[in-house]
Amino acid sequence: MHELSICNSIGGIVSKHAAGRQVQIVHLRIGKLRQIVPDTLVYCWSLVSEDTVLAGSRLEIESIPAAIHCTRCDHDQVLTEAIFVCGSCGGSSVEVVAGEEFLITSLELAEA
Amino acid sequence: MGRFHRHDGVGHEHDHEHEHDQPDGLDHEHGDHSGYQTGTERVQVLERIFDENDHTAALNRADFDRAGVTVVNLMSAPGAGKTALLRETLRRLRGELRVGIVEGDIETSIDADRLAGLGAAVSLVNTANGFGGECHLDAPMVRSALPRLPLAELDLVIVENVGNLVCPAEFQVGEHVRAMVYAITEGEEKPLKYPVMFRSTELVLVNKLDLLPHLDFDLAAFYTNLRAVNPQVKVFETSARTGQGVDAWCAWLSAAHGERLRRDPAQAPA
Repeated sequence: MHELSICNSIGGIVSKHAAGRQVQIVHLRIGKLRQIVPDTLVYCWSLVSEDTVLAGSRLEIESIPAAIHCTRCDHDQVLTEAIFVCGSCGGSSVEVVAGEEFLITSLELAEA
Repeated sequence: MGRFHRHDGVGHEHDHEHEHDQPDGLDHEHGDHSGYQTGTERVQVLERIFDENDHTAALNRADFDRAGVTVVNLMSAPGAGKTALLRETLRRLRGELRVGIVEGDIETSIDADRLAGLGAAVSLVNTANGFGGECHLDAPMVRSALPRLPLAELDLVIVENVGNLVCPAEFQVGEHVRAMVYAITEGEEKPLKYPVMFRSTELVLVNKLDLLPHLDFDLAAFYTNLRAVNPQVKVFETSARTGQGVDAWCAWLSAAHGERLRRDPAQAPA
């Protein structure tokens, strides 16, 4: 259950960028290779933001599929399971090119 | 534009329509003035959520490097045998490497007590936070443990993370090496179920190997699953109970520390 401490980190970043203005939506981008459970994160956000200036704001999560690139045959593919092997040449010299994102992309703030 | 609007190169967009006919810098407002919100403004952030943790991890790393200490982040599921294996490790390294332990434990000092008297400096971090306890060590927690370790007098620090196959994988603590203890009682499929953890580690200690004759565990199937998620991973087969493989693991630790000092002689203790 690290979603709770992650929500604290999110709260810090959001407060800094909101600079006192009311936050309505926090847009997040989360790769599939992150060990983050979106529903748990949303629930923890309601706990962490309650009784703060961020109360009433909500998280909008954009999920990014995992993708690998084969450095041997240049094949790109989206992963549907955690097998880090090239689907084209069967090689294992692959690099993860997507799926490890974990960032706040934008905020929707009430007009002052 | 509101008075808090930033013009520091961070892009922004408006999802409502109105005229921006006044020059920037003027303190004007839009909409009506009754406090009713007429629209929202979208402000781009693009900030990584782990930046704060990673910043502290970099501070930890700098402290470790300055002291010439090699740091291993040791992770596993609960009950894989991390502490038992550490006890055997400390017994063997005594007199060879000066070892410190950062011991992560949600609530108790049980594991720290088990490591006492083996010549290592132990710094306990309880991760309880009122919500039942954190499930991992993060960089600030490890940082809080450092003042209780004589870093300048140590060669090796092992961070014994909280037993958990999910959360610790997400948090850098400033380590040089990530290692995992995996017990064969956990089943062959674990690398596929927890790929992030098994991918994040450089080395797996396949532990409780003395139990192999008593289990239906398929070691070859486990290695196939492990290589599928982490083809380059290094493996030691160990048993804290019989001592199997522990010498090889200790030799690897000594060599890793020596290699680090050779690469950067400035860090070698005077």
